[in-house]
Amino acid sequence: MPAGTLYRGREGMWSWVAHRVTGVLIFFFLFVHVLDTALVRVSPEAYDDVVATYKTPLVALLEYGLVAAILFHALNGLRVIAVDFWSKGPRYQKQMLWTVMGVWIVLMVGALYPVLGHAVREVFGS
Amino acid sequence: MATPTMDKVEAEAAASDHLITVTFRIRRFNPEISADAVWEDFQLEIDPKERVLDGLHKIKWDLDGTLTFRRSCAHGICGSDAMRINGKNRLACKTLIKDINPAKPITVEPIKGLTVLKDLVVDMDPFFQAYRDVMPFLVTSGNEPTRERLQTAEDRERFDDTTKCILCAACTSSCPVFWNDGQYFGPAAIVNAHRFIFDSRDEAGEQRLEILNDKDGVWRCRTTFNCTDACPRGIEVTKAIQEVKRALITRRF
Repeated sequence: MPAGTLYRGREGMWSWVAHRVTGVLIFFFLFVHVLDTALVRVSPEAYDDVVATYKTPLVALLEYGLVAAILFHALNGLRVIAVDFWSKGPRYQKQMLWTVMGVWIVLMVGALYPVLGHAVREVFGS
Repeated sequence: MATPTMDKVEAEAAASDHLITVTFRIRRFNPEISADAVWEDFQLEIDPKERVLDGLHKIKWDLDGTLTFRRSCAHGICGSDAMRINGKNRLACKTLIKDINPAKPITVEPIKGLTVLKDLVVDMDPFFQAYRDVMPFLVTSGNEPTRERLQTAEDRERFDDTTKCILCAACTSSCPVFWNDGQYFGPAAIVNAHRFIFDSRDEAGEQRLEILNDKDGVWRCRTTFNCTDACPRGIEVTKAIQEVKRALITRRF
């Protein structure tokens, strides 16, 4: 038997958890991004070498994950702003979350080709 | 006048055929026996239309008298039997067995974020201290009037929602921010501050806003809505907290 159960929160709690997780992931990306961009000051050749590795299919998949995290964080951020500043925001938070998820799915489908197209051609041939 | 009666066997069958067998899985803790909390299962026959509190009573009265929990009025007014039932904060006296899937074991745990003293009883002192800190009483200046302090129906409506609080702590102990840092005032204290901040008869709104402007005040709220979902009185807790936040920004109320 488990040692104390997880609190069974609803949409609000899980959107907050997802907002935190995506926020931390984006922070790690920014950390790496500042480092690799700063590399150009060290040596342009080293910078080119590092950026060349970003063209591999695995990194393309990571980039798609990054798009997912940023889109959710941005859209849910707008929902949180509405909850904060719109007097009816707290009452419509669930509907706003489902709207966020709907827009997120549409944008994720839209990002499939631009982000993963190159990787797919590389893996499966053109 | 003769009253129609059933014979004994028939009566017993009629009295028990609506009963179902339910497992209560209760988080037990007794510091005099062990430093660790453990789960204990109890099986009982119960009418699904009865409440979780009735089940706890059956256990305490018939099966294990050491089971410890708080309850007073048993009708959703005193606010003493808030506990975590199937993972969510609820009042045991307002939760019907049939509404929480009795086919599976019903888990009952103490509310989170407050020190467990024994079984389902927690130390409520930090909770009530936060409540006292927001000055939950009418503050006025000048001479006392010789009659009631009148207020328009619209002025009364402004804070109607937050007058319903019964201080059961279901909201405060459902808040992830409060679990991590008990210094946070918590939803219940903010709800009760809201009740006076937006009362046209009260004169200490500014003072209460200043108290809640603290780093452990209203700004710790992350709008997870657990409090609103948990409130057994249906208070829109998060909405009240957001109104206090907005009053702090605009100072208009």
